[in-house]
Amino acid sequence: MLSECDKKIEFSKTENNRYIVKLKDMKNAIKFLKREKNYNFFVDIAAIDYLDFKEHKEKRFAIIYLLKDDKFDNLIILKAYLDEDEIIDSISDIYKGANWCEREVWDQYGLKFKDHPNLKRILNHKEFIGHPLRKDYPITKGQLCTKTDDLMDEMTPRLKAKGYENHDDLMFLNLGPAHPASHGTIRTFVALDGENIQSAVSEIGYLHRGFEKSCENHTYNQIIPYTDRLNYCSAILNNIAFAHTVEGMLGVELPQRGQFIRVIIGELSRIIDHLVCLAANLVDMGALTNYWYLYNPRETAYHLLSKLTGARLTNSYMRIGGMTHDLYDGFEDDLKECIKDVQKGMDDSLSLIEHNRIFQDRAQNIGIITAEDAINRGWSGPNLRACGVNYDVRVNHPYYFYDTFDFDVALGSTGDVYDRMMVRFEEIRQSIKIIHQAMKVLPKGKYNIDDHSIIFPAKKNVYSNIEGLMNQFKLVTEGVKVPSGEYYSSIEAANGELGFYIASDGSGTPYRVKVRPPCFYAMAALPDMIEGEMIADAVLDLGSLNIIAGELDR
Amino acid sequence: MAVTTEEVIFGDSVITTKLDSAIAWARESSMWPYIFGTACCAIEFMSVASSKFDISRFGAEVVRFSPRQADLLIIAGTVSYKQAPILKRIYEQMTEPKWVMSAGACACSGGFYDNYTTLQGIDEIIPVDVYIAGCPPRPEAFLEGLMQIQKLQAKPTKYLKKRSKQEFKGKLDA
Repeated sequence: MLSECDKKIEFSKTENNRYIVKLKDMKNAIKFLKREKNYNFFVDIAAIDYLDFKEHKEKRFAIIYLLKDDKFDNLIILKAYLDEDEIIDSISDIYKGANWCEREVWDQYGLKFKDHPNLKRILNHKEFIGHPLRKDYPITKGQLCTKTDDLMDEMTPRLKAKGYENHDDLMFLNLGPAHPASHGTIRTFVALDGENIQSAVSEIGYLHRGFEKSCENHTYNQIIPYTDRLNYCSAILNNIAFAHTVEGMLGVELPQRGQFIRVIIGELSRIIDHLVCLAANLVDMGALTNYWYLYNPRETAYHLLSKLTGARLTNSYMRIGGMTHDLYDGFEDDLKECIKDVQKGMDDSLSLIEHNRIFQDRAQNIGIITAEDAINRGWSGPNLRACGVNYDVRVNHPYYFYDTFDFDVALGSTGDVYDRMMVRFEEIRQSIKIIHQAMKVLPKGKYNIDDHSIIFPAKKNVYSNIEGLMNQFKLVTEGVKVPSGEYYSSIEAANGELGFYIASDGSGTPYRVKVRPPCFYAMAALPDMIEGEMIADAVLDLGSLNIIAGELDR
Repeated sequence: MAVTTEEVIFGDSVITTKLDSAIAWARESSMWPYIFGTACCAIEFMSVASSKFDISRFGAEVVRFSPRQADLLIIAGTVSYKQAPILKRIYEQMTEPKWVMSAGACACSGGFYDNYTTLQGIDEIIPVDVYIAGCPPRPEAFLEGLMQIQKLQAKPTKYLKKRSKQEFKGKLDA
């Protein structure tokens, strides 16, 4: 495809959708793909340090760009090798979503970008020395931070662009990182004229927990508990996304029962996630009663999950090649009860807000983002669908029999706070529909794949015979051996396209894991969205995007 | 048995006690927590505050978002090095008597995030009175932790005296 480009691009094709491009030609290649081939959707940028890799690579680092076309059907992966001192052309002028991604690559790997508007650290603090995801950075080497960044280096140029030469008549205010409306640990620094936001800058990284570095030091199954804590409102969906990716690398597929269980529990997680988001968003608006209506059914769901998995929040239910155990007897009745509660809570809440003038005035035409802009920024999930873009991984790239279920993709029209909330309400309804259908056809039989090099043996074999014991020992100490290669796969998580780019060197520990966290891209748009709005609207904007810090900062 | 004049006049309607104990009793039953919620544990705290577990049964439902109005600091979630100076500042802004509850594995010890970015326990930065185990702790564990703080609060003099004697020096105290 790249050979059609009018400018000369040096490249080689490795697989169907994968190209290795010379670094100097990368920007031209991406420009060409966007202009001529409609690769408008920005997926992700990942970097890899090949210092310890068992095969010798031509250069130490690689940078990988992932893009999708405007039908969301085709994914293209472009890769370039480079050395530490080579400078990459920034593509943040082509895709707005690339801005923060490139900052992350600089922060974690120390690779420089040319013409980037603001190349500074994003996840680690200002006083940090070194680049932690480089293979020669020891994982436990922590560095104290004594002061927070005042962010004026970002704020001043933004104000200047708006025509503010001096700031005497403006009031500066920190929303977060410890603020009731900051939903965890997000900091937004605003310049106020009265109650109007003239300019805003967001700072993230306050919950950076080194997920990606930890992955490089644990076996595949050991990573599952870490994935729980990415988007902790829907832990099981993260488990599924990770297990699904690794299973793709292994080339195995779950038995039908296992796939259906994943659908049922996954959709239940989506419901819980949306309930939390909506409840919190309505509290931000001052509608506290809705919080009780929406939050209580979640307790029923947590009760069910703790009965099933042993944990309320961080379930770690999935394993590579299946799950820890089957559904319990009486699960169906509990699930019915749970769904009844959810439905009631939702109806009660909607009866309060659906035709409520105050709610509509507060939420409609606030925080609007256009479809084109959202795609360019790499938005996905309910936030993107609220802009009217029909993209749902479950429909566009069906997995786990999603193409056989009868459900609608909820779409908004204007992309404001109201649409984002209503899309979530509708998605809860659709998830319930999917769960009902899946329960009806849930087949009996095996739920885990039948391969002892991947799945743990039954406990009774471990305790009673040597083969089982050895099998368990090998899998625990060495991990599941994943064939070497690089692989990207994604599922529709509660917040959007949750993808994992995994590089394996053939051992039981991944060489590199890059998460594509859906809310990272949504968060990057926040400063632009809230400029010109009132401060009370900014709070709603943040809530309606459902930013989960664990996933955002990793 | 000697009968005092007050008892003759007021009967059972008067209790005599020390002022300190009366204040401690009042404080014990109306703790005002500040939630320093950063991660997963904060989601569980939302459950503690909602109808089923209902923290108001313990008189602690007035969640304050200003450290100046709170006497109980609940750290629920992972604290990174980047977050540490903010936590310290919030702790310093609280007025005495103040209590600190460290909820969950991350806040207590860094949890399974033994890496370059996570503070290995908030007691490296600020003093802690009660630790709660769990990843995240169940809502019942949060309530147990609250009750422990209330127990310390009921007879604060001895405990606070002991605490003020041990001078705390955290990693960020120069």
